[in-house]
Amino acid sequence: MFDLESVLERYSERGRDALLPALWEIQTGLGYISLDTVHRLSHTLHVPATEIYGVIEFYSLFHTEPTGDTVIQVCTNPACGALGADAVMGGLCDRLGIQLGETSADGRYTVLSTTCLGLCEHAPAALVSVRGVGERAVAPAQVDDLLAGIFPPYHPVVGGDIRVLLDGIHPGRAQPLADYGDYVALRHALIASSPEAVIETVEQSNLIGRGGAAFPTGRKWRFTRQSPNLPRYVVCNADESEPGTFKDRVLLEGRPHLLLEGMALCAYAVGASRGFLFIRGEYPEAARRMAKAIAEAEAAGVLGENILGTNFSFHVEIRRGGGAYICGEETALFEAIEGKRGFPRIKPPFPTTHGLFGQPTVINNVETLCAIPGIVRHGPDWFRQWGTDRSAGTKLVSVSGHVQRPGVYEIIPGITLRHLLETTCGGIIGSLQTVLMGGAAGTFLTPEQLDTRLTFEDLWAIGGTFGSGAIMVFNDTVSIRDVLQRLGHFFQHESCGKCFPCQIGTQRQSEILDRLDAPLAGDYERLHDIGLTMTQASLCGLGQTAASAVLSAMQIWPEVFAGREGVG
Amino acid sequence: MSEKMITLTIDGQSITVPEGTSILAAARQADKDIPVICYHDATTPNGLCRLCVVDVNQGRVLQPACVAQCQDGAVVETRNERVERSRRTILEMLDSAVDLGQAPEIQTLIHDYQAAPDRFPDAKRRDHSELDDNPFYVRDYSQCVLCWRCVQVCGEDAQYTFALTLGERGFNTHVTTLFDIGLLESPCVFCGQCVGVCPTGALKPKVEWGMEQGFSADEIRQMTRRPRRKADSEA
Ligand SMILES: Cc1cc2nc3c(=O)[nH]c(=O)nc-3n(C[C@H](O)[C@H](O)[C@H](O)COP(=O)(O)O)c2cc1C
Ligand code: SF4
Ligand code: SF4
Ligand code: FES
Repeated sequence: MFDLESVLERYSERGRDALLPALWEIQTGLGYISLDTVHRLSHTLHVPATEIYGVIEFYSLFHTEPTGDTVIQVCTNPACGALGADAVMGGLCDRLGIQLGETSADGRYTVLSTTCLGLCEHAPAALVSVRGVGERAVAPAQVDDLLAGIFPPYHPVVGGDIRVLLDGIHPGRAQPLADYGDYVALRHALIASSPEAVIETVEQSNLIGRGGAAFPTGRKWRFTRQSPNLPRYVVCNADESEPGTFKDRVLLEGRPHLLLEGMALCAYAVGASRGFLFIRGEYPEAARRMAKAIAEAEAAGVLGENILGTNFSFHVEIRRGGGAYICGEETALFEAIEGKRGFPRIKPPFPTTHGLFGQPTVINNVETLCAIPGIVRHGPDWFRQWGTDRSAGTKLVSVSGHVQRPGVYEIIPGITLRHLLETTCGGIIGSLQTVLMGGAAGTFLTPEQLDTRLTFEDLWAIGGTFGSGAIMVFNDTVSIRDVLQRLGHFFQHESCGKCFPCQIGTQRQSEILDRLDAPLAGDYERLHDIGLTMTQASLCGLGQTAASAVLSAMQIWPEVFAGREGVG
Repeated sequence: MSEKMITLTIDGQSITVPEGTSILAAARQADKDIPVICYHDATTPNGLCRLCVVDVNQGRVLQPACVAQCQDGAVVETRNERVERSRRTILEMLDSAVDLGQAPEIQTLIHDYQAAPDRFPDAKRRDHSELDDNPFYVRDYSQCVLCWRCVQVCGEDAQYTFALTLGERGFNTHVTTLFDIGLLESPCVFCGQCVGVCPTGALKPKVEWGMEQGFSADEIRQMTRRPRRKADSEA
């Protein structure tokens, strides 16, 4: 039985940054968070009850009213949509005699839709939350299994030209410490390199961030180290919510020690002793495996107090997100860790000087940090042997949709998109219509662009983006209008609502995309004005890219926006 | 404070200001008008409405003048084509979502930027029913533009009362109380600061509301009688 009293007891000495963990425990234990519970939590954490309510309201995985014992959320991302998500959702509702969003009469099930769950290679995906137990990600989701409580494990599909980051991935389990090795790069750095030398090595490697913004990692670390204020923090961004992206999940679940060693090296380089690993709430298995790996590493003395007998200490805490794509934006992520609504902050100032708790902070993507141990151990030239000057090192891509083997692939930047899809992924299924490159925030590419080389610079040159490395492949059985509608719903659902252009623009954009079959006169111009306004006037990257795919579709397929006489 | 001075160009005019000055303040100093909705001298600027966006060095995105600081040598245009399109579209979208009937300043902007009424047909509006749950003021969130000023003065910008917060997110965001309880049950002390900073008719003193509704002076006196419980906590 869930004992609220003893949970609150454990939080009694803690502050506002414990709010999300506390809400998670209560949500899991009771299935919702009541007014009375909010009052008690307010006394425990000394946070105004009204503010706690505002926080609960922001995150889609927290509920203020009772739900069914089991909540099933089915993914509505284009990749899952193309592979039968609607049938699963409809099947569940039919069997339970409910509408989407409702709870069955016996109170056992609630069925909801959700945005991308990051299991696109096993589409369609679902997230199951059982009261008193916790979350479970399920893919491919089947109505019978879901209702019978059978959750067959999914196994990562990995491949590619080379195995550096993906070396040591096994189906069904995380790579244990014994297999990974006892943090050789960290050991080497602590004994033989100054923090300054580590930063120099990372700078010389030409590593650029894998989270989407493509900022040089070494430079970010240098700026942070140069900020005089203490303490400094290291934050790993494992919020991975960009539709079609699941590479970080595979690393978190498969190679937790690689990530922890990367974080520890970053902490050593910038002079931090505390780090946070922010994992999206929809990745329960990743959170479990990472927690286990942290305990394992601390027990072995490669993490925690006085690492490897030196005076360098580094502690990593896990924070689970509450269900909000915007919390992948770095400053919104800080707000979430601080126990607030996930609103992006105005930049500047940047995280390197004013990050988590207002202190200098390095925030890096999972894959970025996973590249660090290799670079430190083997040197910058080793890393630069792959790829181009501006796209150095190996790179992960998440391929979903109509290819023979959807999965996570480690590529050497410079190969063409055609090589990746036709050879590495086993070939395209059916006749290719388009590739959505870079996720929902990316752009559509046409079959004529298949020979584009996969590097940051080549993709920028054609007006595209590598983004987070999401590659969604659609053959000609897919309706572009359907894909656009799903993207529209995604941004409408995920806009934080802070700034007007995106708060209202994502709603209006979605409304217009929903009526593409029968548009109103002037819709094309409306979409265009909304798109340009969101792109140029929004506060953060979400609004600035919320129209990117739509604007590219308007260029490629004007007929899709011309009503029923058009194709699509 | 040792003040470093910087020089920039705003609409072709050179102007020198202390480092850290916002573009809005610099523009005002040069008598240039930049429209604002969310900005208020008494609250922390959050860059919400984006009506104040200006073109800085023809950058990829526009900059919010209320929070963006002047940079040495910057070339700022406060009203060019893309600035106008953004402002007009924001106003048209706002008008399609919110009842702006009692927001004269925004109406002036709509006129100024030739924002088309009804630019977005068939659009979901943020309709809310009027909340008349206390003797001091009436809340009609159908008129709320989400400038956050009321939440801010109730919280860390002034009162530290924390009666107000935001519910949901995105388009569905709305100002509310703890679990939507009535203001009398909330920590509200009826200081009236929120009413004072609201730029629209969303928050209205009960007396004004009563007169609009055509109630007599007596009736209004009845309606606005203070409940005992709150008698000693009102400032
Ligand atoms: C809406 C939005 C969502 C984002 N989501 C993620 C994410 O899930 N993971 C991530 O690493 N970066 C994400 N980013 C980028 C981060 O803000 C940040 O640039 C990144 O974590 C920095 O790490 P890197 O330099 O290693 O790429 C997102 C940005 C935006 C605007
Ligand atoms: S652009 Fe969208 S997500 Fe970003 S701050 Fe504005 S409303 Fe929030
Ligand atoms: S009620 Fe008024 S002050 Fe409060 S957010 Fe709405 S418009 Fe702004
Ligand atoms: S006045 Fe600058 S964003 Fe609202």
